[in-house]
Amino acid sequence: MNTQLLLWLIPLPPLLAFGVIVLGANRRNGLSTALALGGVGLSFLASMVVFFRVIGIEDLSEHPIGSAVNWLPTADTWLKVGVQIDPLSAVTLFFVAWTILMIFLYSVGYHNFGQPKGDHDVPGLPPHGATVKDGHGSHKVMSIEPMYARFFALISLFAFAMYLLVVSDNLLTLFVGWEIMGLCSYLLIGFWYAKDSARKAAVKAFLTTRVGDMFMMIGLAALYSITGSLSYQDIFGNEAVMHALATTTSPVFGLSWAGFIGLLIFLGVVGKSAQFPLHVWLPDAMEGPTPVSAMIHAATMVSAGVYLAIRSFPLISAGWEQGAPLTVPMVVLTAVGAFTALFAATIALAQNDIKRVLAYSTISQLGYMIAALGMGAYVAATFHLVTHAFFKALLFLGSGSVIHGMEHGVLHTGAHIDPQDMYNMGGLRKKMPRTFWTFLIGGFALSGFPMVTAGFWSKDEILSGAFNGGHIFVFVVLALSAFLTAFYTMRQITLTFLGKPRTKAAEHAHETPWTMTVPLMVLAVFAVSAGWAGIPEAFPGLGGLLPNWFEEFVGSMLHNVHGEVHHSLVPLFTSLVVALGGLLLGWLVYRSVDRADAADPMAEPLGLAFVAFKKKYGIDELYQLIFIRPAEWFAETFTYKWVDKRLLDGILHSIARLGILLGGWLRRSFDLPVINGGGNGIARGTRELGSAMRGIQSGRIQQYMIAAIAVLALIGLAFYYLVFMA
Amino acid sequence: MIPLSWYLIFSAALFCIGLYGVLSRKNSVAILMGVELMLNSCTINLLAFWHYYVQVRQALQMSPLVFAAIIFTVAAAETAVGLALIISAYRKRQSIVAGDLDELKG
Repeated sequence: MNTQLLLWLIPLPPLLAFGVIVLGANRRNGLSTALALGGVGLSFLASMVVFFRVIGIEDLSEHPIGSAVNWLPTADTWLKVGVQIDPLSAVTLFFVAWTILMIFLYSVGYHNFGQPKGDHDVPGLPPHGATVKDGHGSHKVMSIEPMYARFFALISLFAFAMYLLVVSDNLLTLFVGWEIMGLCSYLLIGFWYAKDSARKAAVKAFLTTRVGDMFMMIGLAALYSITGSLSYQDIFGNEAVMHALATTTSPVFGLSWAGFIGLLIFLGVVGKSAQFPLHVWLPDAMEGPTPVSAMIHAATMVSAGVYLAIRSFPLISAGWEQGAPLTVPMVVLTAVGAFTALFAATIALAQNDIKRVLAYSTISQLGYMIAALGMGAYVAATFHLVTHAFFKALLFLGSGSVIHGMEHGVLHTGAHIDPQDMYNMGGLRKKMPRTFWTFLIGGFALSGFPMVTAGFWSKDEILSGAFNGGHIFVFVVLALSAFLTAFYTMRQITLTFLGKPRTKAAEHAHETPWTMTVPLMVLAVFAVSAGWAGIPEAFPGLGGLLPNWFEEFVGSMLHNVHGEVHHSLVPLFTSLVVALGGLLLGWLVYRSVDRADAADPMAEPLGLAFVAFKKKYGIDELYQLIFIRPAEWFAETFTYKWVDKRLLDGILHSIARLGILLGGWLRRSFDLPVINGGGNGIARGTRELGSAMRGIQSGRIQQYMIAAIAVLALIGLAFYYLVFMA
Repeated sequence: MIPLSWYLIFSAALFCIGLYGVLSRKNSVAILMGVELMLNSCTINLLAFWHYYVQVRQALQMSPLVFAAIIFTVAAAETAVGLALIISAYRKRQSIVAGDLDELKG
């Protein structure tokens, strides 16, 4: 099959799987599994074929492979939709395909496929376990998720949307995939909808991202009305269009149209990729099942945000040259990204929920990418996007595996403790060795453990981009957050896996089935090896051993930015020091925690700051105060009580009363005398006429006959005189 | 040669006798007989005109004869049905007086 056709076909199998499961297989768990896995498996194969076909092509960025069809007739032209693959979408496709496949496989084990039905499980709540009777009496085991098929249907739709977003050749279909993902994230975060917190988190995620999406849509509309197209090639690949966009001034803040639209699209990215100040939804989204957390909040959806930011880099950087001062949108990106990176890293320091730590670390790492992009380190941002997707998916799935193992222990001991609280864990290294080693690799990759992990190479590139670009302040902020990242990662690993079990449940934790550990191992391989694709040439010692394929391949996307980046050793040493220092310090501080109810060792030295971290700086409360309360007040008091109840209901009631009055008058003056009187009159007349005529009807045939003959004779006479005699 | 008018006068007289019978008799069988008379007076009319036509035109014409035969047949059938009805009414009400059969009285 040729590549164009394959590209069209890539998103389809998961969509079909979704449809078939929803319509036909929603009660059959085995079939749903087969359909969902088959769907993403096909997409995966197609993606790999496409990826390996295109990576060898030299001028792929100038001449992307793809095709488009006319879709929507506008006044005098057609709105086209199509597919295309260029270096950026190729690498995105690669990591998306791998992570999605692994997450699907993992979900099979995570939702306890093959386990018995639960004793008291109801749809909308996580499974509570089942009692099994065997030779040794009855004991509790894990039970299958009650809405197993529904999960696979939704996550298939999600996979479809992500593939659609990646292969699309224009911002419109990208936006369609983007919004389907928004919907799916709402449905999946609220998957256990009987939990109040899950419902709230789902609504929060949906509404928060909507804020960004609205600005993004305005941006797309502006872009379309100016250029008449939304296709990447027509806009970003067309120098004349880009030049026009960069040089015309928009009515807002004196920005160029390119910068203004870039900023609007960036606001969509802020929502989707959970950047400050729209980051609040992502930690709450951990209410969903863990594969969803991995899918939405590591591998695909938040990555889609950064993907879009990278895609719209030509707009953001319009008019910028390598080495020149940053444009306004770039400054905004850098500031938001760097701030978010540090801000989220500090919050992650003080969280005890194993998934929440990862959620904040995701926000922080996304901040990294945004900041890198803002400073023009295009390749570094893309590189970090790829490596981060792998190791963050690994970490999320690993944490899910840990929670699963802990739940096993909780069921076994019957204790009522939170299986997600890291303080309840400890010593899981020996109970769950496969999970431990893979989690360790993922954690080290996140911390940027030197040389061997992918995270090191991508993070190092971002730091060196900041340093060599002369943005020293940003460099310091990012280095500081890298240090914090290493620190909280090691805190997490130490609390979870090292030391001794701090609860009974942790003592009875159990390694998870192969469907969960195999994806961990596969992702662990990528968490290490993905970095080898982009080792800088100038790196001392290792540079040049492997060709810096990533830089060449993705770097060719930048048509006009070709500057010599000189490599300095300062960022290299910085990343070495912060990674190793953070890891070491994290281990030293947290290895002494030996009780589940122990105070955090950092609470004392950090004092008030720790409280602030723990409380997430009160951002949620602040939003509650300045947005949600007023909105609720507005809805409850103003709209409902005043406008709806008094004004609108008053008007409606007046109209109703008027109607009743008019109706009464009509009844008295028209209905009763005319209609009723007339009707009764006809009836009475008929009856009286009937009784009057009754006498004629004697029943005697001879009388009738006489009458008939008499009438006939009369008619005959009349006829005779009137017709013949006239 | 008997002129046409004689036939017609005879036919009219027969019709009036029949009509009188139908209107004045109480016995249903007699009423039926009156009806037969009226029907036959019509047949006489038909045959009289046929005869007249043949004499005037000097041409043979068979259809009126066939028509008259059909009327006889119909009359026979009608009598059969009428008598059957009367018998049926007699069985039900023990009377064939037309004035007694007044169930349709309003």
